[in-house]
Amino acid sequence: MSTTERGSHGTRAITAKHQHGRGSLWPVLGRLEPQNGIVYLGFVAIFIFFAVVLHDDGFLTTRNLTNIVLQTAPATIMAIGLVFALSAGEIDLSFGSTTAVAALCAAMAMQTMPALMGIAAGLGVGIAIGAFNGAMVAWLKLPSFLVTLATMGLFAGVARTLTDLRSIAVINDSFTGFFGSGDFLGVPSLVWWTIGAVAVGHIIFRHTRFGAHVLATGDNARAAQVSGIKVPRIRFLVLTICGACAGLAGLLYAGRLQAAKYTLGESDLMIVIAAVIVGGTALNGGKGAIIGALVGSLLMGMLNNGLILMGLGVSDQMIVRGLIILLAVAISLRDINR
Amino acid sequence: MSEIMEQTIEQSRAERSAPLLALSGIRKEFGGIVAIEQLSLDLHSGEIVALVGDNGAGKSTLVKIVSGVHKPTSGTIRLEGRETSFADASAARTHGIEVVYQDLALADQQTVYMNMFLGRELTRGPLKLLDRRRMIDDTEALVKDLDVRIPSVRSTIRDLSGGQRQGVAIARATRWASKLVLLDEPTAALGVAETAKVEELILSLKARNIAILIISHSLDQVFRLSDRICVLRRGQQIGIRETARSDKNEIVSMITGLH
Repeated sequence: MSTTERGSHGTRAITAKHQHGRGSLWPVLGRLEPQNGIVYLGFVAIFIFFAVVLHDDGFLTTRNLTNIVLQTAPATIMAIGLVFALSAGEIDLSFGSTTAVAALCAAMAMQTMPALMGIAAGLGVGIAIGAFNGAMVAWLKLPSFLVTLATMGLFAGVARTLTDLRSIAVINDSFTGFFGSGDFLGVPSLVWWTIGAVAVGHIIFRHTRFGAHVLATGDNARAAQVSGIKVPRIRFLVLTICGACAGLAGLLYAGRLQAAKYTLGESDLMIVIAAVIVGGTALNGGKGAIIGALVGSLLMGMLNNGLILMGLGVSDQMIVRGLIILLAVAISLRDINR
Repeated sequence: MSEIMEQTIEQSRAERSAPLLALSGIRKEFGGIVAIEQLSLDLHSGEIVALVGDNGAGKSTLVKIVSGVHKPTSGTIRLEGRETSFADASAARTHGIEVVYQDLALADQQTVYMNMFLGRELTRGPLKLLDRRRMIDDTEALVKDLDVRIPSVRSTIRDLSGGQRQGVAIARATRWASKLVLLDEPTAALGVAETAKVEELILSLKARNIAILIISHSLDQVFRLSDRICVLRRGQQIGIRETARSDKNEIVSMITGLH
């Protein structure tokens, strides 16, 4: 810490934990995303715990670990979108429903049309829903919590009526290869999607003016406004990004499962929000972390995987997962209200 | 002070230099309510003019008019002799006018250097990525130059004391203002030592030949800092006095209307 502070001018000490995590256990991640060493520690702790306890149940096998990444890919993509929304002081509750509608639209398009049209349909629907949410929030000044609560229900209903509750098979090999079962250079395509989305998300969030404006808007909208930042535009864009991410997540689901159903994304809401909060993004804006969200999402996936391997029943899994999420969120929020 | 004497002072000042900012016949109504009746004021480079008056006198409204937040109902604003009308606050900023707000307008969870460049972040390369290095170096140089004592330009704002925050806000105004800085009660929430530090900063702005319009409730501060004092009462311009030729009693009676 460079100390130019003297005598009477502010005697408040700046503690080491706010000094950008320099010299922390995780220097590289610490530099990428200064604020959340604790997530990485928690991740490693749970990883070691499962590795020891579930040693004989195949937790540590490459196949199982790869599986965790593959299973969390859609949630990770949704989490990236949510980091933008939360950092700007908004929230999106509708991304689960959007994922289902996008996957269904993509699958329906591909029944008669080539893969490219399916991709366009899925992404287009995601962006359109996100833009709709964004427009309501940015220009009609409605709170995003209520807008997306409404559209969550609305599009859950749309997803059900689209195919009358039936699932639609996706039998387009190029699509399922590109978004699901395929691989490139020996690495599964879902891993590439995860890496790509995190990298692009991180660069936009941390290294562009747009990312800085998102944080400023969520931190102090009035300060952002008087500094010339177009706050409504930021609010519109973050929710549109959420929709686009949900659309992409829908494509990944459709590709991996080779089918689309209205239930896709339904159970992701809690997991994604938990992943993002645990990853160091503030629920009330001004602070966010893309790589933290990835780690949070992997943590949730690992938890899911570990609890299944431990042989817990579905209801026990839900209870344990709920408790662990509560604990994790409490730890990561410990210094928000100081 | 007689009317004639006041005029002579105004004239001699006008001969010295053309005003940077000339407000004439400014009137502002909100609906049917008159916030400012009729106000004329010149501001010269390197001059500190204090705006005083009770609550509701129209001081903040005037600052908002000059900074482009409000449009006057009638009257003209001349900047360097040219008649101007700002569409919004960013238009005023492009003309070298900066405001330090009462409630700071800093983003609390962001670093000092990101606040310094809030809305005007520096970028590099074809991808226009943030140039943090240059923003940090620039902020460090400025903070050192102005002797704003903060632990680091990488500190987040909420880890700073009130005085340090105000120091950052004023440093930001200094960084971007080429002509005029408007200060709306810059020391209202500060302790004695911190106030002294902020006043030093304000004087260093003056030394850089920037014009300063300051709202303050502390007459002691007004007399320490200002060259001239403009008194408002319920939207009326009561008068302008040269600080050196006035005293607190006169200003107080102008503010209150009691003799």
